[in-house]
Order: sequence, then structure tokens, then C-alpha cells
Amino acid sequence: MRHLLSTSDLTYTQAIRILDTAQEMARISEGPVKKLPTLRGRTIVNLFFEDSTRTRISFEAAAKRLSADVINFSAKGSSASKGESLKDTAQTLQAMGADAVILRHSASGAAQRLANSHWTSGSVINAGDGTHEHPTQALLDAFTIRQHLRVGTGDLRGLTIAIVGDILHSRVARSDVHLLSLLGAQVILVAPPTLLPIGTSTWPVQMSYDFDSVLPLVDAVMMLRVQQERMSDFFFPTAREYSHYYGLNADRLKKMKPTAIIMHPGPMNRGLEITAECADSARSVILEQVTNGVSVRMAVLYLLLAGAPNEDGEITK
Amino acid sequence: MTDYLLDGGVLPDGKAVQVLIKDGLISQIESVVSTLATTNLQKISINGCIVLPGFVDLHTHLREPGREDSETVESGSRAAAKGGFTAVSAMANTFPVADTAGVVEQVYALGQATGLCDVFPIGAVTQGIGGTALAELGAMADSKARVRIFSDDGNCVFDPMVMRRALEYVKKFNGVIAQHAQDPHLTKDAQMNEGLISSKLGLKGWPSVAEESIIARDVLLADHVQSRLHVCHVTSSGGVDIIRWAKARGIQVSAEVTPHHLLLTDDLAESYDPIYKVNPPLRTQRDVMALREGLADGTIDIVATDHAPHPAENKECEWQAASFGMLGLETALSIVQATMIDTSMMSWSDLAVRMSTAPARIGGYADHGQGLKIGSTAHLTIVNPTRAWKVDRDLVSSRSRNTPYHGMEFPGSVVATFYRGIPTVLDAKLVSAAHGN
Repeated sequence: MRHLLSTSDLTYTQAIRILDTAQEMARISEGPVKKLPTLRGRTIVNLFFEDSTRTRISFEAAAKRLSADVINFSAKGSSASKGESLKDTAQTLQAMGADAVILRHSASGAAQRLANSHWTSGSVINAGDGTHEHPTQALLDAFTIRQHLRVGTGDLRGLTIAIVGDILHSRVARSDVHLLSLLGAQVILVAPPTLLPIGTSTWPVQMSYDFDSVLPLVDAVMMLRVQQERMSDFFFPTAREYSHYYGLNADRLKKMKPTAIIMHPGPMNRGLEITAECADSARSVILEQVTNGVSVRMAVLYLLLAGAPNEDGEITK
Repeated sequence: MTDYLLDGGVLPDGKAVQVLIKDGLISQIESVVSTLATTNLQKISINGCIVLPGFVDLHTHLREPGREDSETVESGSRAAAKGGFTAVSAMANTFPVADTAGVVEQVYALGQATGLCDVFPIGAVTQGIGGTALAELGAMADSKARVRIFSDDGNCVFDPMVMRRALEYVKKFNGVIAQHAQDPHLTKDAQMNEGLISSKLGLKGWPSVAEESIIARDVLLADHVQSRLHVCHVTSSGGVDIIRWAKARGIQVSAEVTPHHLLLTDDLAESYDPIYKVNPPLRTQRDVMALREGLADGTIDIVATDHAPHPAENKECEWQAASFGMLGLETALSIVQATMIDTSMMSWSDLAVRMSTAPARIGGYADHGQGLKIGSTAHLTIVNPTRAWKVDRDLVSSRSRNTPYHGMEFPGSVVATFYRGIPTVLDAKLVSAAHGN
């Protein structure tokens, strides 16, 4: 594995290996010395063409815990409007000797474009490309689900997971669909018809327009952020109507299995797709997702840059 | 003036002939030409090659004035000649827009000065292709460029009242409105065909219905005001069905398909390589088959290239940041042969109609599209259907290199082009002496 561009590129074995490695990383992060020397002397660039403080910090923490040198490059705005192209930026970073580029970009496919170009020779990690994919988010989602519902090992067979909300524009949803179904979970997409992409009937998922009928079935519910600008594009009539049908609130919480967990990739619109009492309830694992993000990203950086674990699957210190 | 005897040619119907070009005209077409009463005769052997009337393109972006970094009338004319074209129609979306007599006369004059093919300017329908106020269509029609085709291509004439008035107004000089059928509201920020692939790739969709709904509206408007409509670059099976219906009703509508929509499909976007980004977008295999059938049965009248040069930096970037468009002139014949002739859907005679006779008729280019008629101007394209070649973007005659066919092999090639009886291409190479006659 040289790049991480899409969860659809992962095999079952690779996915499990990343999760198992993340488990090791989590164990280390809980210890007194949180740092590994593995990537000492390696340079990792956080190339963020789009604002995302939490994802950038998570990657930065992951890289630093592996002792890599981290360069943060924030080029907000599109390449067209700023006059600096992805190509020029990548070539500049290449000239500075980047071993890996973590790319966040508003254009779908930007990471794949970078990986397939001759603009950089380093590994490319997709940290979110437009409305396409966000593979490390899906990995941390799978990791979190596995921690809670599968005692931290194996896959997700037998679990039913609902992804609720703006599937159409969600890179998290696309990555989650591939990965969670690869790991054996049954995914149900729940959204109004306007927010489901054309052709989801060919995806390895079930679909529903009716959140309430799905609630009793699920082991985990993943609430997606609803962007305010969707309202002006007629995806739904009003925020109130959206919340009424697709928001997670206390009444809906009661319809879920007692063991079912609440997830959200953040940042949340409290009161729109999720009420405060749900977000802050004991069933919510939203903050754990953030914590697990660091472990999963450590695992990804480790496996891409330091090679595979040894025969015993142990991490070399 | 040199006269030419083409020896060993084959007519589209398969008949072996010699063709005599004398004083720039087709003088004789016989199994053996009888009298050679000419002093300055050059004999050219074209063993087994097919003799076709010179190709006419109704949809070419030559970029001049304004974007001479990507193409000029001269470089575009070279690419046209190389592709077997003896006339091209320069689209109006230049900088400044070709919406006045001055600009269209300038483009026309540049074409004549280059002298590799006729360059017939297309005039904008609306001022600045802005879609709100009609451009001076009459002045462009009466200018030296004698404009008959009007198009806001790149933009759709979306306002139905503006479209109605334009269709009505051009009846005065037997003009035609060439519509880029794209509902702008249904295609805001659209990147590629809306379907399974766009959903997977997270690229904003450009649904076929955004094209089909405009075609449907426009054929009804053309019917109502009894005027002529030409539908640019049809891409979808639904679009073909609507045009077929309109023709059956007797509506004066013609339509074009591009070579790339006859060959390529939207799954190529999975590479995220914007070399495949084009407007209207590549669609599905089902659409490709419907377009081929439409072209074969005459529902789609012509092939037009939509040759759209772009500089490297507009394609060496993320898909969303890239420009729409691909080169088309130099590969058109080869693609039509591969998709229509070699699949037995069309004959060489059909190809002569779709690429010469019919486009010349729609554009009112009287000197072109006469077929292989004795006494007509010798615009000829000679094709070797078995001379396979591989496309190399570094060897194109266009000033830009944005061909999606780089590395692809095609079965046949244009080996010679005669424009007004003078060879612009011989042995599949441009003839430098033909330049600037």
C-alpha cells in the first residue's frame, strides 16, 4: 500500500490490519510515553486547501507521536482563485523532500490526481476530497464501532449501521459505505430522496426515507452534518422540517436498542441533525471518535511509511 | 495553377476511378480520364484510397481573437486540413465575442489569409453570449463573412422568449440557430454525466434531462415560428428520440454528434483526469449506441467536432478546476470510421453526406458539400481506410495538446486534402506551399 486515497481500494486484510495496528497505537497513546521513534527524520506535509482544523490537528498529532517532522501548509481557497495550482504546490513540496502528503481539497479526486501525477513521489493520504471520500474518517468510525460493539477485534459482521442525512454531498458516507460493508456490516442509508445520490440502488447498502422505521434495527447511528447552504438549493423545505423527519432527538433515542451507539463525524449542528441531549448522552461516542482518529491516523502513517509490521504483527519500536 | 490527376482512387460506392482536378475544379471522374489537355499536370498515386468530398465542420473553436495561446485561426486551419476538412465554422465564444460584423469579418479574413480551408464564422445569438439581448444578427449576415449560423455555444440560449425571437428573426436571411442545449439551473457547477459514476466519484452531475428538456422546448418553438433549429452536440438517447419525433412531425431541425460522444463514455472520469472533461459530458454506453444509431438512420444529420483547444495548465489540475473541452479535428475521420464504418452501421457514401454534404447544406456553404460533382470546386478528402495510426499528443497540428486519444490506435487516416484544387495535405503531411495562397 503506497497511498490511501479511497476505502474502496482496501482489501479486507488491509482494513483489518489498519484497525489492529490502530489498536496497538491506542495502547501506546494511553501509556506514560506517548511517542514512538518510528518515523524520525521523515517529513510529512499537511497540505490543506480547505479549512479543517480538527482533521489537520489529528493528523499532526498522529505524525508527531511517530516522531515525524510535520509541515503544515494551508492554502485556503481553490487553486483557480488563488492562482497557485495543485501541481505547483506539490512540486514545491517535492523539492523540499516530503515523504508523505496529507491532502485536504475541495475538489473531488484531488488526492488521486496527485497520487497518479509525477508531481510528487511521496505517499498521498486523502484527508477529504470534495464530496468524494474521507478514508481515515471511515477507518476511525469502523475502529470506534469495533471498540464498542465487537470488543476491539475482528470485523463488523452482524452489525447494522444507519448513516443518516446528506449522503449526496458526504465524503464520509462514501468512505463509510465501502469500508463498513467490506467489514461485513449491513449499512442503511437514511435520507430524504433529494439527498441520496442517483444509483445508490447499486451500492452494497439498504436505503430508507423513514428514519423512525430504521431506528429499532440499528446498532449504531451515524448522523451527518447538514450544511446550511443546502436549504437554498431546495434539498428540503426548511431546517425545521428536516429536523422533524431526520433529526436525532430524545424520542428517537428511545426507539433505539439499549446498546446502540450515536456517532457523528463533526462538526455538529446541534438542534438541526442532532439535539444536545443526544450528542451529550451516555450513548454518544462522538468524542471517542476524535480520540480514535489519532490512533487510526498513526496506524495509516505507520503502515504507509514504515512498512508492514513484522511476522508477529508487532510494531517495531 | 497546377492541375492534378489522382490515380487509383476509389469512390465511396467502391468504383475505381481517376480524378482530374483542373483550374481548381473537379474536371473529370472516369475509370480512365480521357483528355489531359493541360500543361502543368501533377500525377498523384492514391492506390486504393477513398475519394470523398472535403469535410465541413459546423462546430470548431479556433479561440481567435482572445485566446491565441490555445489556438489561432492559422493553427486551427492546419489541424482542420490535417483532419480532411476544407471548411470549418468558428464558434462565437471568443474574446471579444463574435457578436458584431467587425469580429466576424476579422475571423473570416484571417481564414482567407491562412488559406488552408474556409473559415466561416458563427455569430453569437445574444450580445456577449449573455443570453438577454439579441446581437446584430442582420449586420453579421450582411457582412463579408455572410454569417448564417448563430450560436451562443458554451452557453445555452435559455430564455424562451429570446430563443423564440432569435428563431424568428433569422428567417429573414435563411439563418439557423445552433443551440447548446443545457438548462443552466439543472447543471449549476456540473462536472460530468449524472449517473452511477458521478455518484461514486462525488462529482456534481450534469443530467441528460438538462439537455433533453431544452431540445424538446426548442423543436416546439421552431415548429411554432416555422424556423430552422440546429441542435449542437447531442449526447443522450433521449435527445435522439426527441429529434426523431420532431423530424417525423416535419419540424425543421438538424442535429450534430461529436466524434468523442460516439466513442467515449463517462467511466473514463474514474481516472479524475480532466482530459476527459467536456461539455456536454461523456455519457453511458447506452447513449453511445443510441447516438450511433441516430447518426446511421439520419436522425442526427452530421458529425461536428466541437474541437476545443485548451492550454496545458487548464488540464493539468484537479478535475473541478479544469476547463471543459477536447481536441477533435485531426481525429474525427478516424473515429467515425472506427465507430460507424467498421461496425457496418454506415457506408462511405453515408459518411460523405454526414461530414460534407449535410453540414454544408445546413450552414449554407454553397461552394462546399457538392459531392463529387463535375464542375464543382475541388474540395476533396482522400482517406486510406487501412492506414492505421496511433495518436500522439506531441505531434498534433493544433496549438494545444488536449487530446483524449493519446496512445490510441485508429484504423484509417486522411492521407490527402485538396482545398480549391490545391493540396493542403499530401502523404498525411501538411503541404507547406499551400499556405497563404
